[in-house]
Amino acid sequence: MLCRTEYSKQPKPMLHRLLFACALLLATAVHAEPHGAELYQRHCSACHGDEGRGGVGVPLALPSFLGGVTDDYLFKTVRLGRPGRVMPAFHDLSDDEIRAIIAHIRDVADAPEPDLPTVAIDGDPQRGKTLYAEHCAQCHGANGEGGKGTGVTFSRPRDLPIIAPALANSGFQEAASDAMIKHTLTEGRAGTPMISFIEAGLAEQDIDDIISYVRTFEPKPPLEGIEEPILVMESPYDLDMTVDNLKQAVISKNFRIIREQTLEQGLQPEGKDSPKQVILYFCNFNFLNEALAIDPRVGLFLPCRITAVEEDGVVKLMAINPLRLSHLFNNRELDEACEEMHGIYTELLDEATL
Amino acid sequence: MKSLRHLALLAAALLLAPAVFAEDLLMARSQQEFPEAMLALQESIGNKGYVISRVQRVDIGLTAMGYKTDKYRVVFFGKPDEIRWLAETHPELVPYLPPKISIFAEADDTLLVAINPQQLKQFFDDPELGEIFDRWEQDLRQILDAVH
Repeated sequence: MLCRTEYSKQPKPMLHRLLFACALLLATAVHAEPHGAELYQRHCSACHGDEGRGGVGVPLALPSFLGGVTDDYLFKTVRLGRPGRVMPAFHDLSDDEIRAIIAHIRDVADAPEPDLPTVAIDGDPQRGKTLYAEHCAQCHGANGEGGKGTGVTFSRPRDLPIIAPALANSGFQEAASDAMIKHTLTEGRAGTPMISFIEAGLAEQDIDDIISYVRTFEPKPPLEGIEEPILVMESPYDLDMTVDNLKQAVISKNFRIIREQTLEQGLQPEGKDSPKQVILYFCNFNFLNEALAIDPRVGLFLPCRITAVEEDGVVKLMAINPLRLSHLFNNRELDEACEEMHGIYTELLDEATL
Repeated sequence: MKSLRHLALLAAALLLAPAVFAEDLLMARSQQEFPEAMLALQESIGNKGYVISRVQRVDIGLTAMGYKTDKYRVVFFGKPDEIRWLAETHPELVPYLPPKISIFAEADDTLLVAINPQQLKQFFDDPELGEIFDRWEQDLRQILDAVH
């Protein structure tokens, strides 16, 4: 009995081991240094390239880029992203993790942080507006909206290493100090189309005026509202008739039918696939071309597709809602194309079920 | 004591679980050129128990129009019984079926992109679907990692 009592008071070995393992893991988690290379690989390399040579994102390893931006700029860029300009905001990374990524980038490129002053620049924005229109608008857009495309070779010439950044962007405005913008305008960015405007003949006061004008840009607010994930319309016709109507509607909108298939084709043995979900793929190559030029990742919902689904004798036409998916790409330019696509899908569903 | 053990097990599970990041898109860059990356992707999809239902060329019209870049495909895949069950029980999901990965050349590298199934979880608020989307996300990450 005594033995049993004593035994019951002993901490259970299994629980002991578990608690010990937890303590060990917690200690490891708390003390482990975030590994910049791994974090970079996981979060950045797909867009910026394994060695920072760029792609969908800008080439980070350019010495003229890293030599002209502070760690604070990089930190805020990672944290806030560039709303509507592809670069996402990394809210899930800790401050230490972001710092580790920045240290890794600087280490790989062997580019230490520049020492830039922190004072604000007080120029004449009215004069700056004229100078901006003359010297900057061609690349950065009349209203600072930035160059078109994402930077990947589908959407820019291969010899162009970078798309001009959007200056009227809340992420840029928050991240870039006046001194950083001045440094860029003064020194230019070797390896990109950005020239030194001092060498091009502007005076320091001109540059200060341009900066003051750039600070007046008002970033576009993000798109509001959450769209339904699918567009759906009930058809008064049977499945075959609905699909026929859809084909006619597609052709009338100058789209080419690429393929008609069941949802299960290729998944189930031939003849065993359910005939109740029929997919129609169609395409307008001009539209496809334009969409890929805006953002090559958009191929995820190309070519266009509408599915006819029969359920309990009721036929429905369904499509993805491009406006809902557009949010995933963080690309304002794409939002406009998706609005157009949303309109086309809606018209097609309407016509086919009329 | 029992609840303490549960707590310890939960803490251990949480600490051992890989970090979860809710990216909107899952993207990967492979240093392999397009044909090799494409083969690796198909193998990787098969290794996770999925059947490739179709490989859609997106570039036929583009090259015919004189577009320079010509390596772009969308790979559709799924588990046959699972896709059938989803289409029957959740027809609203059909426009998003089967899952797909787009793959395209980027200079000498190859990029792969997929919608993060966590997004579908937000689109279709159903616990039953949530479990499937969680698994799809895990599988997709492993498929993309294997191509890298």
